[in-house]
Amino acid sequence: MLYIKCPHCGMRPQIEFSYGGDASVKRPELNKEISDKEWDDFVYNRKSLRGKHLELWQHISGCRQWIKVERDTATHEIFKTFKADEEVV
Amino acid sequence: MQKYSIFNLVKNAFSNHQNWDLAWKDPEPKEEYDVVIIGGGGHGLATAYYLAKEHNITKVAIIEKGWIGGGNVGRNTTIIRSNYMHDENGLFSEFGMDLWRKMSQDLNYNVMFSPRGIINLAHSDAQMNVYARRGNSMRLNGIDAVLLNREQVKEIIPMADFSENVRFPIFGGLMQPSAGTARHDAVAWGYARQADDMGVDIIQNCEVIGFDVSAGKINGIRTSRGNIKAKKVGLCVAGSTNILAEKLNMTLPIETHLLQACVSEPVKPVLDSVVTFGAGHFYISQSDKGEMVMGGDLDGYNSYAQRGNLPTLQHVLTEGIAMMPFLSKLKMLRTWGGIMDMSMDGSPIIDKTHIDGLYLNCGWCYGGFKATPASGWTFAHTIAQDRVHELNAGYSLNRFNTGHLIDEKGLGTKTWIS
Repeated sequence: MLYIKCPHCGMRPQIEFSYGGDASVKRPELNKEISDKEWDDFVYNRKSLRGKHLELWQHISGCRQWIKVERDTATHEIFKTFKADEEVV
Repeated sequence: MQKYSIFNLVKNAFSNHQNWDLAWKDPEPKEEYDVVIIGGGGHGLATAYYLAKEHNITKVAIIEKGWIGGGNVGRNTTIIRSNYMHDENGLFSEFGMDLWRKMSQDLNYNVMFSPRGIINLAHSDAQMNVYARRGNSMRLNGIDAVLLNREQVKEIIPMADFSENVRFPIFGGLMQPSAGTARHDAVAWGYARQADDMGVDIIQNCEVIGFDVSAGKINGIRTSRGNIKAKKVGLCVAGSTNILAEKLNMTLPIETHLLQACVSEPVKPVLDSVVTFGAGHFYISQSDKGEMVMGGDLDGYNSYAQRGNLPTLQHVLTEGIAMMPFLSKLKMLRTWGGIMDMSMDGSPIIDKTHIDGLYLNCGWCYGGFKATPASGWTFAHTIAQDRVHELNAGYSLNRFNTGHLIDEKGLGTKTWIS
């Protein structure tokens, strides 16, 4: 079982959360000319890093907030968690 | 090569089986090959075999970081089927079914192919309608499909829960009688032995650390055991695809996720077909040793760990017990995990790339094992002829750009949702 520290509620078991994928993927800006490549990169293409990976989780059975989690995809170690709008340093 | 036969078995018995030939050699990498296949799993070994057999290309090396057959070909639940609705998947998989039926003879290796049938259970009228539609699509593509009602399902799997007052009552199911299972390790070993015999170098304990690309063309690879020149390079590395793609400055519509499977202690024969639960993600069959072989959902987050967590296993087995309550009495014998190359539409990619001489085989999601022969056959064709075969034309990389997705399950791009 993974334990994820929700920045709003504290340490909670993984089963309270649902996964939301790579948090580094940015939606292309509105009202801007978007190339096919930019759109493909947003919708489909993923780096799927081995090692440190910044990802979105939702505390679905808790505060229901979206959060960002920095986790190692090879060891499952969780380094740090952030609020959704918090800058990742 | 020594043929495996009853006569050779008897002959070798006189020398206490001490004088059998090695099944494959352990060569040093040569300086140059016509084709280098990266990944010594089922698909890579099959590709090398069909390159040699169908296209007469034998200056081939398989480069494997660990040992052959140590990845997903040795970690799956051995299910073979072609019960797909979409033409691309159905025709490709049914072509593979023909290769499965001939495989033991073809490879002179008993892969224990057992066409015991697969039943997808339905738990509502709506689901029966969906299955009727899929079954009809399958039959139009020449694949056998039978829609079973509740009583017919009960005859085949009486041990399932047929009581009326359960949350997910069994309404019926869709059966593909020609589907089944095979001994997965034997598939890898059979392909390896024949490929080796035809001159393919199987190079194990050799990690690819980089690629030699110039002017948009591949010239070779750099490995932990030196540089190897190659006219053509094929990637067959499943869950490690993104790691190698990064070295090629490519981002792919693939995410690597963790999938677990498990077996129970061995019990006497109770289940003679493959059964899937229709209200979740759980599948079960019984191995020849008597173990109940079970699997289901991804762990649900990006992972390269090859080992899973208990919450997913508990969730999956809860579904299993809802379907077949007797499972709760069994002890768990083993659990393990593998890393899946989950594509963004749930279908694979077998294609050329923007780099001349570099070919891609990935995106097998939950269904890589059953695709082994068809994947190897079509990938070998794509590499040898430098063009895709009509069987894998739909499995193009640029379908994600043109919108020609093959979304069999209708899940979209959230690969971890099941």
